[in-house]
Amino acid sequence: MTATAERPATSIFRRPRSKTGLWSWITTVDHKRIGIMYGYAAFFFFIVGGIEALLLRIQLSQANAEFLTAGAYNALFTMHGTTMVFLFVMPASAAFMNYMLPLLVGARDVAFPRLNALSWWVFFFGAIFMYSTFFFGTSLPPAGVEGVAGNLPEGGGPGSFNWLANSPDGGWFGYQPNAGPFYTPGTAMDFWAGGLQILGLSSLVSSVNFIVTTFNMRAKGMKLMRMPVFAWMTTVTAFLLLFSLPIIAVALFMVTTDRQFGSLFFAAQNGGDPILWQHLFWLFGHPEVYIIILPPMGIVSEVMPAFARKPLFGYSAVVFAGAAIAFLGFGVWAHHMFSSGITPVAQAAFGLATMTIAIPTGIKIFNWLGTLWGGRIRFTPAMLFAIGFIAMFTIGGLSGVTHSIVPADWQETDTYYVVAHFHYVIFGGAVFGLFSGLYYWFPKYSGRLLDEKLGKLHFWLTFIGFNMTFAPMHWLGLQGMVRRTWKYAPEMGLEGWNQVVTAGAFIIALAMLVFMYNWRKSRRRGTVAGMDPWDARTIEWMTPNPTPEHNFSESLEITSLDHFWHMKYEEDEEGRPVRRADADEILARLEDIGNNPREPIHLPSPSFFPFLIGLGVPLIFYGIVYHTSLVGKGLIVLGALIVLASAIGWGIEPADEPHYGHDDHDEEHGEEEVVEVHG
Amino acid sequence: MADVHAVETDHEEHESTGVSNLKLGMWIFLSSEFLFFGALITNYLLYSNRGGFTGPYPAEVYDIPFTSVSSFVLLMSSLTMVLAHNAFSRGDQNGTRTWLFATAALGAVFLGGQVFEFTEFIVNYDMKLTTNPAASAFYVLTGFHGIHVAIGVLLLLSLWGISRARGGLSQKSGLNVEMVGLYWHFVDIIWIVIFTVVYLLSLPPA
Repeated sequence: MTATAERPATSIFRRPRSKTGLWSWITTVDHKRIGIMYGYAAFFFFIVGGIEALLLRIQLSQANAEFLTAGAYNALFTMHGTTMVFLFVMPASAAFMNYMLPLLVGARDVAFPRLNALSWWVFFFGAIFMYSTFFFGTSLPPAGVEGVAGNLPEGGGPGSFNWLANSPDGGWFGYQPNAGPFYTPGTAMDFWAGGLQILGLSSLVSSVNFIVTTFNMRAKGMKLMRMPVFAWMTTVTAFLLLFSLPIIAVALFMVTTDRQFGSLFFAAQNGGDPILWQHLFWLFGHPEVYIIILPPMGIVSEVMPAFARKPLFGYSAVVFAGAAIAFLGFGVWAHHMFSSGITPVAQAAFGLATMTIAIPTGIKIFNWLGTLWGGRIRFTPAMLFAIGFIAMFTIGGLSGVTHSIVPADWQETDTYYVVAHFHYVIFGGAVFGLFSGLYYWFPKYSGRLLDEKLGKLHFWLTFIGFNMTFAPMHWLGLQGMVRRTWKYAPEMGLEGWNQVVTAGAFIIALAMLVFMYNWRKSRRRGTVAGMDPWDARTIEWMTPNPTPEHNFSESLEITSLDHFWHMKYEEDEEGRPVRRADADEILARLEDIGNNPREPIHLPSPSFFPFLIGLGVPLIFYGIVYHTSLVGKGLIVLGALIVLASAIGWGIEPADEPHYGHDDHDEEHGEEEVVEVHG
Repeated sequence: MADVHAVETDHEEHESTGVSNLKLGMWIFLSSEFLFFGALITNYLLYSNRGGFTGPYPAEVYDIPFTSVSSFVLLMSSLTMVLAHNAFSRGDQNGTRTWLFATAALGAVFLGGQVFEFTEFIVNYDMKLTTNPAASAFYVLTGFHGIHVAIGVLLLLSLWGISRARGGLSQKSGLNVEMVGLYWHFVDIIWIVIFTVVYLLSLPPA
């Protein structure tokens, strides 16, 4: 392969060809590389959001503490929530979906590799846009309101550089009209609204891509009901994104026009409806809860059968329960609003609808327990996190059901009980599930195993720290400790448990240090995993570790659920699995052919355009924030031109060209196998 | 290029839906767009006849005959789009080009009508984005529809330009007549809903 190439007639730029170094990452369309970038970015923001949480906990460890001002506290809890939901959990799930989905359904890439790269770069620049508020944003007290003592951190205000004074402070839910132009002037909330808009665009593109991938790109013989559960949950999540993101997009556009162009959607003093935002936000926000939890549910549904050495109990029930949760998830949003003055009929209806969610969720939990029952369980770190997931998620689910009882909810609203509840489902649920997946699929990325001793230490520290942090919040909340408030009085008697909570938070931080050390150590020096380290069941293990660039060298033909397992095992007369005599030969053959494809394989070609569009989109949003100035108008035009030019370049550039694939072994081969891809 | 594409793989699409990736992706994207406009229309209906706002309500200033004409123009653009697609399927590249351009032109006429309408409302009736929530909802809804039409016109003109530069269009390209056609019909269908619900059926508060 020569270093330079003839410029093809169909492209504006010379087609990128580097396979290593920075440019190869910028132009890659390989779903695995995109997944890796998502993963590292998500973990980075996990650390950032975690540091924000630690600062909040330091403030709350003492009654009437002076560590943070009220304004700084508002800024930190806003960015903690926004970061953890949109910049950590969602991209972490996206990392797994990107890396694993094509492997799980036996494809060489997603349906639209360039759109996949676009999702990532839009996410990347959207995250930068969101966090650039710390450099450019302003958060001011309402005009004409004097003496809001402690409202702003020291030295805040326009023109001064103070990180926390530059941050959005209206909460991750951005309730209007509080976060509107009247009560929260300054540009910080515009960065928040614009940032979420850009991140939403990224997720929308991904959702289309993943749905088409699972519908159209499955290996031969892989019927829908033979898909691994994680592939199913990815599809269900993609539909949730597809139908909930447009709602929040509309709501955020309304906020932006209110704040920037003087429309009156949420301006209560001009007849705007103060509850409208809550309806729109939670009509997105509740499906969002399932967007967060369903992918980790899919992950543990992969991990448990592998380590219990049993098929998933009630596969179809687990799949349909996931779809049912998603469907019901669109009908329960107003349970976030029971104290907002909606009518009793609405309260009863949404309370009942909320209770019904417990049914499919319960089905899943019992199916997982059924999977464990009678299994030969191996307590690897992946399995420990999966079991921790069930236990913690069940506690969070049960406290969730208490919110469906309206009078009880009135007491719980805005207290730490709610904080305890959603951390049990998001941290105890989603994050445990994600870690389970990391330990399980790490060999696919690195070819090695994460250290098991350190992994168990990581799990137990996380488990203990997590419960110390969030269990006491239940009773703190029931004792009347309110959310989003930077101080509590000493005579409330809350200090003792708050110190336990803060200590727990630091134990979680310690656990994450252990994990990072383990990752660093194992990535280069861990035990070599080999082909099938877990004696696994699903087809992603039918290709060597680390995964070759082309995923699978040969077309797969799937004959059953858990296809890989059935290749290795047959049943004896009593129905027990017995390893086939030739199982090791099958594995050796798969490994050999995976690393040395018999025929050259042509993959989709890298492209500059996803990166360029990702770069252009935030420029437009910067321009909207500063639209009254000439610079702002210029940025809108510049951003739009970059997007338009890149889109045209994209449109006329073929998705795959000969000799420009990301895995062309040989320039001279006459006939190629072409993965038919567009987009 | 063509010979590479001619080599079909046996790796993909055995259990596929029978619909190409691109077309399926476009349909799925459009399903999301319906929710987008659904939210905007609901939002308008919430405010359109709520009493007590200062300034004119949108329903008090509509020029139904004028908007009927511009709606008719947009509907006819769907016909020309069908003709463009028809010509394309028959391999008639010249006809495709002509009808694509006609579609874009009709879309541009519709956009011109919208600019005229907005100017009327703002200058003659003093109904601005900032007048009241009903006006805000009207402008943001119809404005986003206008942006969608404008993007459609750009897509059509891109196709037309590519076809002129290369002497024809290919079915294989990501940006192809069928994709743009689906999008264009969607934009039209949404306008039928907007014209009916927002213009014809909406009344100012009694």
